[in-house]
Amino acid sequence: MADTNRAVEKLQGKFEASILEVTQDRGDWIVTVKKEDIVAVLTFLKQECKFDMLTDVTAIDYLGKAADRFMMVYQLTSVSFKDRLRVKAPVSEANCVIGSATQVYGSAGWLEREVFDLFGIRFDKHPDLRRILMTPDWEGHPLRKDYPLQGPGREPYKGRLS
Amino acid sequence: MANNEIMTINMGPQHPSTHGVLRMVIELDGETILKIDPDIGYLHRGVEKLSEHRTYHQTLPLTDRLDYLAPMSNNLGYILAVEKLLGIDVPERAQTIRIIMTELTRLQSHLVWLACHALDIGAMTVFIYAFREREAIMETYELISGARMTSNFFRAGGLSQDVPAEFEKKVRDFIAEMPGFIDTYEGLLTGNPIWRKRTIGNGIISAEDATDIGITGPALRGSGVNFDLRRDIPYAGYENYTFEVPVGTECDTFDRYKCRLIEMRESCKIVTQAMERLKPGPVLADAPQVCYPAKDSVYNSIEGLIHHFKIASEGYPVPEGEVYMGIEAPKGELGFYLVSDGSSKPYRMRVRPPSFVNLQAIEKMAKGAMLADLVAIIGTLDIVLGEIDR
Repeated sequence: MADTNRAVEKLQGKFEASILEVTQDRGDWIVTVKKEDIVAVLTFLKQECKFDMLTDVTAIDYLGKAADRFMMVYQLTSVSFKDRLRVKAPVSEANCVIGSATQVYGSAGWLEREVFDLFGIRFDKHPDLRRILMTPDWEGHPLRKDYPLQGPGREPYKGRLS
Repeated sequence: MANNEIMTINMGPQHPSTHGVLRMVIELDGETILKIDPDIGYLHRGVEKLSEHRTYHQTLPLTDRLDYLAPMSNNLGYILAVEKLLGIDVPERAQTIRIIMTELTRLQSHLVWLACHALDIGAMTVFIYAFREREAIMETYELISGARMTSNFFRAGGLSQDVPAEFEKKVRDFIAEMPGFIDTYEGLLTGNPIWRKRTIGNGIISAEDATDIGITGPALRGSGVNFDLRRDIPYAGYENYTFEVPVGTECDTFDRYKCRLIEMRESCKIVTQAMERLKPGPVLADAPQVCYPAKDSVYNSIEGLIHHFKIASEGYPVPEGEVYMGIEAPKGELGFYLVSDGSSKPYRMRVRPPSFVNLQAIEKMAKGAMLADLVAIIGTLDIVLGEIDR
């Protein structure tokens, strides 16, 4: 396991004030930044650190477990350096909006639509923020922890009766 | 009708060339596509939500229903993520069988792609041949796991059981014949003037755009980007195998077709190498807290029965943490992002499906193309709606 990472060092030099945490989990490097700077951080990583592909955008709902309910997760891949980096940014429920990565990476378009659809996090300056998997008139956001597994207005599943 | 009238038409979800339930709203000027808006979600089953209410072991059967044309690749991606969280190592024999099966899965997936892609464009013979070869792979699936598609064969720590004695001969026979079959497909298509007219110059996407949109797998390599996770970020022991990574130059449907055919030949080579490495040995790690006990001990000892019951009823706790595991599935990078809170159920499981991200490129690739060419573009992206909608 490496002690340093080429991109994390650069990032710490440039965005010292906005980095909340740098950790390593089972060999994966994880950088948590303030959500206000997410677009600037991603732009820097793409242009200066050659993370040319935004592989995945998703979110985690830490309902009742963390001060800020949601955590945005960006998986970056560098085709030229053949390595990965994970960038995270906390988003609070009260102000459930974060800057859109579509200005930096084209792949963010649908991936952010999915996060909007299933978590209800809004993306500022997203060109086409609509639901993608659920129908347009769907109410609620299914991947939130307080959304029932069986869907709203239905008895919870109690197991097979026979 | 005025000359400049724009026509909006609907294609799908029940359309034979959309490979599932993909609906598209297309704006046409004559026969030229001005704008295309894919509408997905018809097959949404909430796999990510379901997994939060199931143990790690119970989540596994959900994964082979994602990309149902490549079940074992899905199993592998998930199991590797769980193993990375647990930090357990897999015995040599289990790892070799995993490689054999995922490469056969790649062949199977590419065979369905080739068959349907050619059928969409109008070459029916290839369809019949490719499905014949696919059948042999499905039989291998059935032989080792009992199921033709929903294999559910890998386990955290190894395999659910060892392969039967006839497995080796079946795979060897198949791999010996397969390159000849690929020659047949090439003979039917590569020089065929209709095939060339329909695919050369169709669905062009530059290397820069492809990387930006996040396209992965053969569709990315067809655009000239030399990136294959098996070689570049190796997993499951792929660093021990030698194989070529084909790369296209023209970024069109024909180059993606050539890339996939070469990939099939390379898969055969990997299977051949793996067959040589296949030695007798255990297929499950020595990790009793995670792995089911041997059936012999379950039936004949009280400790074994309790052990089996504990894992079946409660599952196994997974240490806290989060991992991302990306593998080179037949269609591109399949990623599993698992977050564990220390319990026996995933706190969050995110599936990063290759088809979902690849399909996004259709807006760019189809713009300005003829409506009839759209069918070839869908085919060349090689999408499967099961993993797009999850």
